Amino acid sequence: MALAEPNGGGRPRAALFSRYVVVALKTLLSIAVTMSGLLLVTFVIGRVMPIDPVLSMVGESASKATYDAARESMGLDKPVIVQFFYYFRDVLQGDFGISLLNSHPVSEDIKRVFPATLELATLGTIMGIVLGVPLGVFAAVNRGTWIDQVARVVALVGYSMPIFWLGLMGLLVFYGILGWVGGPGRVGIFYVDLVPSVTGMILIDSLLDRNWTVFKDAFSHIILPASLLGYYSLAYISRMTRSFMLEQLSAEYITTARVKGLPERTVIWRHAFRNIRVQLITVIALSYANLLEGSVLTEIIFSWPGIGSYITTALLSADMNAVMGGTVVVGLIFVLLNIFSDLLYKVFDPRAR
Amino acid sequence: MAGPTTGQTWRGWLMTDTPTSRNHARASAFYHGWLMLRANHMAMIGLGILVLLLLVAAFAPILSPHDPFVQDLAGRLQPPLSEGHILGTDSLGRDILSRLIYGSRITLYIVTLVALIAPIAGLLVGTIAGYAGGWADAILMRLTDIFLAFPRLVLALAFVAALGAGIENAVLAISLTAWPPYARIARAETLTIRSSDYISAVKLQGAGPLRIITKHIWPLCISSLIVRVTLDMAGVILAAAGLGFLGLGAQPPSPEWGAMISEGRKFILDHWWVATMPGLAIFTVSLAFNLLGDGLRDVLDPKEGAG
Repeated sequence: MALAEPNGGGRPRAALFSRYVVVALKTLLSIAVTMSGLLLVTFVIGRVMPIDPVLSMVGESASKATYDAARESMGLDKPVIVQFFYYFRDVLQGDFGISLLNSHPVSEDIKRVFPATLELATLGTIMGIVLGVPLGVFAAVNRGTWIDQVARVVALVGYSMPIFWLGLMGLLVFYGILGWVGGPGRVGIFYVDLVPSVTGMILIDSLLDRNWTVFKDAFSHIILPASLLGYYSLAYISRMTRSFMLEQLSAEYITTARVKGLPERTVIWRHAFRNIRVQLITVIALSYANLLEGSVLTEIIFSWPGIGSYITTALLSADMNAVMGGTVVVGLIFVLLNIFSDLLYKVFDPRAR
Repeated sequence: MAGPTTGQTWRGWLMTDTPTSRNHARASAFYHGWLMLRANHMAMIGLGILVLLLLVAAFAPILSPHDPFVQDLAGRLQPPLSEGHILGTDSLGRDILSRLIYGSRITLYIVTLVALIAPIAGLLVGTIAGYAGGWADAILMRLTDIFLAFPRLVLALAFVAALGAGIENAVLAISLTAWPPYARIARAETLTIRSSDYISAVKLQGAGPLRIITKHIWPLCISSLIVRVTLDMAGVILAAAGLGFLGLGAQPPSPEWGAMISEGRKFILDHWWVATMPGLAIFTVSLAFNLLGDGLRDVLDPKEGAG
């Protein structure tokens, strides 16, 4: 921040306030620029796609007049710049066009499939936090011992494993051989649409409906893909936690606390851990963003009807509007989470101001 | 460059504290780095696997027991350890081991191309932005941030969809999503180097920006880029396999490992080995890159390797 600050003494409240305003404005500008870039890129991708959108709309046998009329109604007879402007305007209004595959508005399709992805990624992230943070802390505290080595191997394997393959192996072992979990899909075939859709997330919907059978079935279906995503999140979160903790544990205030005779548990959790919380939330936000994206391949393996499956199906059937819409939505969430974590850091960590 | 003089061993010559020439100093620094790397067992395992992969790819025709493309419908879906097929056969009766061996060539091809394209593009953008400063810097870095903010796999998917499926387009798509971190690193390095005294000295000698960037800035960016490339390669392999799995990378009957998993997916519950074997191959190679990258980071960039 290139703002002059009075040295020492209490900081005037007005200056503090105006600094927040500047941060907020800069953030908004950065979101705007990044999103425009995202839209430009998806627009270009849509342009260079070797598919004639008009032809796929009207069909091969359409007459020249029908073709031209469709072309005009889609705005494709205008200059490229104007087309981009229209695209930009439509997206701002939440309009991603009509899916060529099922003739629904893309935005409605995305609204329908997105909760499934959200449910999966959220559960995965929770698992990653609950297991990854303690693992990282213990690895840092027991640096160089076998605990540290185990944590390292767990993370390295996570970084190196193709997620779609691990998913297949999981299905083979836990569904095919052991029969512990439900197979692909969100719920068994008998439970489809049994609970009213409120949030679109079946676990929560079935809880709201107090329908325990559906809840149990949905849980048995989500647990495997969520654990997989959780493992990836765990690999990342545990490594980062470890390196943050190592940094804190080597600081002098930790030595002071130990010399004072505080119990080791207090030193670790009350002193060191408190100071890494902001960094940790940043990491968790990034990991969450990565899971939302990383769920693409997982969703395909588990026939999970989320946004990843949606984009891929659209891709393979050349449904351009759906591909672009899906990419923009995932991109937007990704950008927002990135900026959110950045902002959090700036607001809560005095050194980053 | 002269070797050791008489009465001096190669080792002594390499370990000296008083190098006699620039190349001597370079060789000596390289040797010290190698000694550090050699002490890291994990990194050496990684390096060993990668050397093995190179050999396998180079001698694929000699090593593979069968032709990877020849179908044998009578002998389809043979389990591992069956006669003549150590890893079994796939749904068209092709020998899985032979296909894995030939697939290593495709993996190496993809990895090499991305490892060349992405860092070089990033180096160009980063050093130009860092050295020029001002508007050029602002625009180039904003562009980098935009690409960095993208979900990489989804973007690569969209690119491949636009360009058409195939290995070359997969390489291009992965490179397009992989260059921004290199640009960031190169820019950061350039900013610290730019204001150093020896650059001023070179400037006083009359060197232009082109000479300064290519001769004095690029060489210093290389080591941090190499570490990053090695660590990224695991991700590149996984991304390429993912694209292959989705049918957007190498096309059948090519023995690309990701595409092989996709073929085996259909009968995963009855014939597990078809999808399992290529997955193990992908895992081994990407683990090797991760192990080597970790070790290299400790050697080349000690400040980042926190244990």
